[in-house]
Amino acid sequence: MGADQESRTLFERWKSRDRRGGHKGAAEPATGPDAELLAELRAALAPARVRYDSAERALFAHDASVFEGGLAGPVCFPTSTGEVQAIMRISERHGRSVVPRGAGTGLAGGAIPLAAPVVLSLTRMNRILEVDRDNRVAWVEPGVINLDLSKALRPLGFHFAPDPSSQQSCTIGGNVANNSGGPHCLAYGVTNAHVRAIEVVLPSGEVVMLGGLDPEPPGYDLRGAFVGSEGTLGVATRVAVTITPNPPAVRTLLMAFDTVEAAANTVSQVIASGIVPAAMEVMDNRITRAVENFVHAGYPTEAAAVLLAEVDGPEAGCEIDAERIAAIGRAEGAVSVRLAANDTERELLWKGRKTAFGAVAQIAPDYYLHDTVVPRSRLAEVLEKVYEIADRHGVLVMNVFHAGDGNLHPLLVFDRREPGMLDRVHAAGAEIVEASIAAGGVLSGEHGIGVEKQDFMDRFFTADDLDHQNRLRHAFDPTCRVNPGKVIPLGHSCADIQALRSVPTGVWG
Amino acid sequence: MAGSTSAPAGPPALETHDPVLAAFAAEVGTDGPVTVAGGRTRWERGGPLDPGTREVAAPAGIVAYTPAEMTVVVRAGTTVAELHHELGARGQRSALPERGGTVGGAVAVGENHLDRRARGTVAVSVLQVRYVSAEGRLITGGGPTVKNVTGFDIPRLMTGSLGTLGLLAELILRTNPIPAVSRWLAADGADPFAVDAALLRPSAILWDGARTWVHLEGHGPDVAADSATLAGLGDFAEVEGPPALPPQRWSVEPGRLRSLAPDRSADGLPAAPFVASVGVGTIWAGEAQPAAEPPAAIAAIARRLKDNFDPTGRLNPGRRVGW
Repeated sequence: MGADQESRTLFERWKSRDRRGGHKGAAEPATGPDAELLAELRAALAPARVRYDSAERALFAHDASVFEGGLAGPVCFPTSTGEVQAIMRISERHGRSVVPRGAGTGLAGGAIPLAAPVVLSLTRMNRILEVDRDNRVAWVEPGVINLDLSKALRPLGFHFAPDPSSQQSCTIGGNVANNSGGPHCLAYGVTNAHVRAIEVVLPSGEVVMLGGLDPEPPGYDLRGAFVGSEGTLGVATRVAVTITPNPPAVRTLLMAFDTVEAAANTVSQVIASGIVPAAMEVMDNRITRAVENFVHAGYPTEAAAVLLAEVDGPEAGCEIDAERIAAIGRAEGAVSVRLAANDTERELLWKGRKTAFGAVAQIAPDYYLHDTVVPRSRLAEVLEKVYEIADRHGVLVMNVFHAGDGNLHPLLVFDRREPGMLDRVHAAGAEIVEASIAAGGVLSGEHGIGVEKQDFMDRFFTADDLDHQNRLRHAFDPTCRVNPGKVIPLGHSCADIQALRSVPTGVWG
Repeated sequence: MAGSTSAPAGPPALETHDPVLAAFAAEVGTDGPVTVAGGRTRWERGGPLDPGTREVAAPAGIVAYTPAEMTVVVRAGTTVAELHHELGARGQRSALPERGGTVGGAVAVGENHLDRRARGTVAVSVLQVRYVSAEGRLITGGGPTVKNVTGFDIPRLMTGSLGTLGLLAELILRTNPIPAVSRWLAADGADPFAVDAALLRPSAILWDGARTWVHLEGHGPDVAADSATLAGLGDFAEVEGPPALPPQRWSVEPGRLRSLAPDRSADGLPAAPFVASVGVGTIWAGEAQPAAEPPAAIAAIARRLKDNFDPTGRLNPGRRVGW
C-alpha cells in the first residue's frame, strides 16, 4: 500500500469527522439558552469581561492554526485565580466545557472551541509577580508574554530559556500548555525543564500547587504531567519558571552549503564530536532568499542551505567550540563560514531566522507550518521526501528548522483562494507526517497535537498506549470538561465524546 | 509500495514485537501482587511491600546506542554502571545517579545525580518508557527523539513513581557529552552562596556548614578560570571528590539553605551533620525529612491515578509515593 494513499485516508478521516458545535454563524441572543450562564459569569467577573457578541465569539473560533472551531460560548477575561475558579465552577454547574487560551499563537488548533465551550482567555493575567533570585525562579501569571519576561529579567542578568519563534506574542501559559521549545532548546531544554511549580485550577474548581521550588517534591510528578498537556488537565494561573543566567560569551556562525545534506551532516558531526551548541538552525535556499529580501542580514542567497550555529557560555569554551564547529563545517564542504563580528550582526542573523515566517508573506498570502521530529541522521533523507511530496501536490514548500534536535518545520506556502488548494496542502502535510514517522520520528516536536494531529496518534501509539494516556487525563479531569476533543483521537476517548455532546440544544444553532 | 485501493492504516510506529519484552510482560502476568527488584539500593523507599508480593527481574541489556543522536535504548534491568561504561567509551554519560543500582530502579526512584546542575534531572532525560501494565500489557509512552510533544507525558509520570503505575521494561534516555576536564576543589570557611553567585555553571556546590566543595567541569581554560575565581573566595585546594554523604535525603527550596548552620537547628531543616547541595536544595542528613500530608485535591488525583493505572492494586502493593 502506498504511503500517500494511507495519508489520504487519514486526511479524509480528518475532513469528514463530526466536529460537533462546528456550525458557524449561530448568533445567540443573551436571552437564549446561555442567558443564565452569562448572568452568573457576569456576576462573578465584571460584566465587561464576559463577552458574548457574535464578533467576539467568532474571533475566538480561531487560533493561529488553519483549523476552525465552532463559535465560542461566552468569552471570559479573568484577572485572578479566584475568577478562574468561579468560571470553572459556574461552567460545571451548567454542564459546559471550558477552553483555556493564551495569545492564540498555537499552530495545532489546541485553543479552538469545540461545542461552544466557555472560553477562558488568560491574557489579562499578565503580571510578573516576583523574581526570587535565591531560588532562581520568577513567579508569573500565565498571560505574561514570553519575550516580555526575558526583557524584564535582562537587567538582572537572567532570561527565560525557551524562545519559540512566536515569543513576541506567545504567553508563558501557552508555553506550559504546549511544552514549547525554540532554537535555544537544544542545549537548554524545552519548557518542561524550566517550570518548577504551577498553581492550577482543576476541572473540579479546586486550586492546587503542582510541583515545588524544592528539587524533588514528594508524590507523583503531576507538574511534569501537566506541562505539555495542551490545556486538558486544568488551567494554570501562576507559574514558577526557572531563570537562566545570561551567558557571558556568545559565538554565532553562519555557514553556507551546496547541498542540504552537507548542512545536515555537519549538524550530526558536531553532536557526535561532543559539542552541544546552544542552537543549530538550518534554512534552505528558498527560505534564505525570502528572508534576505526581508531583513538584508547578508545571508548567502546562492547556497542550497545555510546553517546558523550558536555556542554560548564561558569565553574560552565558546572560542574552542566555535572553531571546532567551523572546522567540521569546512570538512563537510561548507562554501563559506562567517562568524558574527558583533552583537548587531548576531542580532540581525537571528532576526532573519525568527522572522522567516513573516518573510514568506511576500511570496503567498497563506502558510501552513508543520512540525515533526526525525533522528538527526535521517534529516537529509526526510527533507528530500518533503520536497518530493510538496512538488507532487503542487504546493510550494520551504524549510527552516531546528536541525540540532532533528525538529523539521516544513512551511507550505500557498493561496487558499486557489480552488482545491487547501485540500492539497492538507494532503501534502499528512504525507510529510507519515514520512517522518516512517523515518523513526515523532508527530510533533513543539507545536503539540491539538486537533491537527489527533488522527495521527494511532499511527504512532497503540490502542493500549492511548488508553493509558486517557487514564492520566481522567485522573485530573474525570469527565473531560477542560479542552475536550483535543490530543487523544475521539474514538479512544468516550468521555470526551460525552462532553462534546453535553451542550444544551439550541447552542449549536 | 505501489498502491492498493483499500489503504488500511499500517501498524503503529511504536508497536513492538521484542520477544524479550514480551517475555517480561508474560512473567508479570495479569494476577497477583508483583514487584520488580533491581539493585535494591533504595528498596526501603515508599515503605514495605505487602507480604506475598512476587518478585520479578526486569530484562537487561543495551538495545541500541547512537552517540550522534544523543540517545540510548536500554532495558530496565541494566546496571547504571554498565550503561555508563558503554556511554563513556563514546565520550558520553547520562543523568542517572551511580549508586550500584539498575537503570529501571534509578528512574522508578527518580533521585537526581549529585551533578544535577550539569547533567540535568532524571525526569528530563527520560525520552521514552516501555512498561508492563497491571493488565500485563506492554505500554509505550513518550517517543524516541530528543525533542517530542506527542501526547501526554507518560515518562514524567513514571519517573519517581516507584513502580506503582507500571513496571519499567525499557527506556530511551538522552545522553550528553562528558566535559573535557573535571575538577573537585574544597575550602574551609568559604561562603558557598558567594561561590554560587560567582560561577556560571558549576556542576555541584556542596556545603556541610563549614567546608565548601565545588565540582567544576568543562573546557580546560574555563575550569582554570573558574578555579582562579574560587581562589578569590577562599583557600580552595584540589580534592579527590565529594565528601561522604549522610544517609537521608531531604528536598527543600534552595533559598532556604542559608538558614542551615552546624551549631543550631533551623525550623524544618536537619541538624548537623549534613551536606547540602547549594543552588539545588538537596540535603543529606542523619535524620529523615518529616513526611508531609498532601493537600486533599492532590491526594485525590494521586488516588485516581493509582486506581486508573492499577485497578486491582497489584503493582508494588504497600508502596506509597512520596507523601
